[in-house]
Amino acid sequence: MHLHPHPDSTVGSRAPVVAAVAVGGAAGALLRYGASRLWRNGSDAALLWRTGEAAFPLTTLLINVVGCFLMGVLTVALKERFTGAPRLLNPFLGTGVLGGFTTFSSYTDDTRRLFENEQPGYAVANLLLTVAGALTAVVLGVVAARLLLTRSRRSAGGEGGGS
Amino acid sequence: MGEWLLVLAGGAVGAPARYLIGTATKEHLRSSFHWGTFLANMAAALLLGFLVQAGTEGALGASGQALLSTGFCGALSTWSTFSNEVHSMASARRTAGAAGYVFVTVALGLGLSFAGMAVARALW
Repeated sequence: MHLHPHPDSTVGSRAPVVAAVAVGGAAGALLRYGASRLWRNGSDAALLWRTGEAAFPLTTLLINVVGCFLMGVLTVALKERFTGAPRLLNPFLGTGVLGGFTTFSSYTDDTRRLFENEQPGYAVANLLLTVAGALTAVVLGVVAARLLLTRSRRSAGGEGGGS
Repeated sequence: MGEWLLVLAGGAVGAPARYLIGTATKEHLRSSFHWGTFLANMAAALLLGFLVQAGTEGALGASGQALLSTGFCGALSTWSTFSNEVHSMASARRTAGAAGYVFVTVALGLGLSFAGMAVARALW
């Protein structure tokens, strides 16, 4: 059962959601930072800017594609399978962790700096591959989650629900 | 080690800022367009263009970049929610709307990144 918040109570009930998003966002940002440290390439601002031929920002591209795939999985999991999951799980994992992990600003900034660095081929490739990769990934995530969750639902019988 | 903490702090502020922009636009702009994600992404694109150029000009050091660029702007902006919204629009057969949303977000985001850079260049 979902309690629809009364307009007067929205501020009060919003605080735990904001906290869940903050904790998730911090974790997501750290994961992204860790990945860009592990796989240094053009995703690292210091390495991309005016150092001659800049590397392709592959890490940011992969982060965004992986994040979109997981978002597709999460959406199906919470909407179609684990409908009794705690209310804060979606703000924590979706808006927080995956939202903080993926980044739009690095994508536009990497692209801009590749144009500035006179590497229009890399810039256009980053522009288009990210759009194609992210949108394909979210669809694949949804399809994969539906396949797996439908199968496990059949074998597990009536699971989930809850209050 | 210090940079990790700064990224964490920036992320802990950036993500809820995006969430609150979302709830505010839902309350004030009763529209089916995803204003929250759109505005958060555009703000982050503009701000990051500014911050990275400020770094190039020597006005913002590694700590500031970790806190504001990687942490705050990175968490304020999102691809995962954006593509989720595009997917749900396309699933609802709003194909033209979905394509327009992608085009406007990418084109304006890139433009704002250049604009932020230009502002920083003019300042320093």
